[in-house]
Amino acid sequence: MAGITPIVMPKWGLSMKEGTVTAWLVDEGTTIHVGMPILEVETDKIANAVEAPDPGLLRRKLADVGDFLPVKALLGVMAGDDVSDADIDAYVAAYVTPAADDDEDDAAPAYQFVDVKGIRTRYARKGAAEGTPVLFIHGFGGDLDNWLFNIDAVGEKAPVLAFDLPGHGQSAIHLPGASLAALADFVADFMDAVVVQRAHLVGHSMGAAIAAKLALMDAQRVASLTLIGAAGLGSEINADYTGGFATAPSRRELKPLLEMLFADASLVNRQMVDDVLKYKRLDGVTELLSELGGALFGGGQQSEQPARELGSSPAALVLWGREDRIVPAAHAANAPPGAKVEVFDGVGHMAQMERASDVNRLILAHIGG
Amino acid sequence: MARKISMKQAVNEALDQAMAADPSVICMGEDIVGGAGANGEKDAWGGVLGVTKGLYAKHGDRLLDTPLSESAYIGAAVGAAACGMRPVAELMFIDFMGVCFDQIFNQAAKFKYMFGGKAETPVVIRAMVGAGFRAAGQHSQMLTPLFTHIPGLKVVCPSNPYDTKGLLIQSIRDNDPVIFCEHKNLYAIEGEVPEASYAIPFGEASVVRDGKHCSIVTYGLMVHRSLEAAAALAKEGVEVEIVDLRTLSPLDIDTVLDSVTKTGRLVCVDEASPRCNIATDISAQVAMHAFGALKAQIEMVTPPHTPVPFSPTLEDMYIPSAGQIADAVRRTLKGGKH
Repeated sequence: MAGITPIVMPKWGLSMKEGTVTAWLVDEGTTIHVGMPILEVETDKIANAVEAPDPGLLRRKLADVGDFLPVKALLGVMAGDDVSDADIDAYVAAYVTPAADDDEDDAAPAYQFVDVKGIRTRYARKGAAEGTPVLFIHGFGGDLDNWLFNIDAVGEKAPVLAFDLPGHGQSAIHLPGASLAALADFVADFMDAVVVQRAHLVGHSMGAAIAAKLALMDAQRVASLTLIGAAGLGSEINADYTGGFATAPSRRELKPLLEMLFADASLVNRQMVDDVLKYKRLDGVTELLSELGGALFGGGQQSEQPARELGSSPAALVLWGREDRIVPAAHAANAPPGAKVEVFDGVGHMAQMERASDVNRLILAHIGG
Repeated sequence: MARKISMKQAVNEALDQAMAADPSVICMGEDIVGGAGANGEKDAWGGVLGVTKGLYAKHGDRLLDTPLSESAYIGAAVGAAACGMRPVAELMFIDFMGVCFDQIFNQAAKFKYMFGGKAETPVVIRAMVGAGFRAAGQHSQMLTPLFTHIPGLKVVCPSNPYDTKGLLIQSIRDNDPVIFCEHKNLYAIEGEVPEASYAIPFGEASVVRDGKHCSIVTYGLMVHRSLEAAAALAKEGVEVEIVDLRTLSPLDIDTVLDSVTKTGRLVCVDEASPRCNIATDISAQVAMHAFGALKAQIEMVTPPHTPVPFSPTLEDMYIPSAGQIADAVRRTLKGGKH
């Protein structure tokens, strides 16, 4: 209906099917601007604010605090003050929550697997059909779900690919080699396996160093670089985190480490800790992470800093949280020549989660979407 | 990758992967292959409820069908463990343990202590536990407290397929005797389980639901009844935290104390008979170590002190229900300081 903008339950990550409304942050009658936090939603993985995708006047709150609702369920309505209450009533009455687009029997499952030179690799392909794909590369100990707030938003404008590095997430627990070169080779092999010649690389932490390495090794495969909380731009890295993450045996030891990733430690909930433990307890993971972390970050020093060797092409976007306790935000000063640099206040190492809407907007602007 | 499998399949997969990884792992028990002498059809049966079905085809004579003599083959398993094997003996129903208590309590549990720490006994005894199977008083008991009472034994009782696989693999790798209790009425429940091999350490409880008003501490089938109760209570605005102990020896009392310190109220739910069971143990330890955190009386939900009845109607009344658990939570919320 003309002039009415729905606020719906977001889909954060490939496995989210429903969420709980935990708080409204604005009152009816508030003028909303783009990016303004409107309400808070909690899923079994994480809690976050739902931000306004469009400007408008909040006319109606429909979801109550505590409501557990499916993705795309109508939470509220924005409309100009020229729209009558009757029109809003009619809109709400006629609204039908669309069916989830990734039902188990759907033709395109959320996660897929591909063999990359003998390494079974989990990945997800989403988003637009046309254009140069955006390839997300997670960091040390992470997996493709680190991009849960980014995949769908960036996918509205471009094809999106995200995958689990070897020995991470649900990919095979086997390293092609404990060096950035071996992992950058793997990324190129993965791109071959999913028939992608050239991509915009978005890397987080160790994934940023891998992306930079690939740009140095084979520049023609890299359309642009986005480096978030990047490794590879300086020598210092928090060894308490990298070493502790690999070996932490239980919830009690792991939780304070995961809290170091965020400026807001309350984002680390029980489910997140349990999920990371489930991964870490797979046979071979502790040894693999210790080997990789020791080779790349032993003694709190980054053994390789490829992002410092980058020139002005491919174009780089460097994003950081000022409160990053893993890789210091001061490393942003070493950004490649001509790079756009943005440092967010009140954000830690996981800027793509803690400041998702800004990160998404900057990525889209950077890739020309 | 993770996919959904049943708890029964999780046991099977843990045994399969442990046998593939370590040639010293063997399985033994009554009819776990197919019944002695069942030519050509050895693989057809796989135990009384088919848990080991298919393993004979992969691992051959490392699965041994034993005579119907628990005292003989549990003794053989304990002896084999002391000599370097890692036997997994299936004792069918935990109710039958009585005839081999000496082998378990006096031998397996004591070797390490009697031989100055030089002897290890990495034996796992798997057994079905619990009521609700219409199998009468001699096949339905929850005898977990008998085994937690004995120093030298480790006691595990999982509530879901993920924990089942990881804890059974840990049990096989552990160098002490482990009593692994499988609730027969949970065999069919499904959950996400990674295909790869993994182990869950002993002595780590799992918080399966977060809440701030009351803690429920439980294990096994009662985890599911407690979750049902919590869902009902949530509609009344009561948020219950549920701790699944997973391993009863060693016991993760720290997680219990953390939870009670947060909520100030405790309901212990145990399917075992009410005297000297897991619920009484938890209650005593919380009263001793976190008395100051308690805002009200501790409640316990257990069956009555009777054998498990054979009458289906009475058996259903015997097993603690979600309604009884919710009522216990309501009682402790009404009691004490506010």
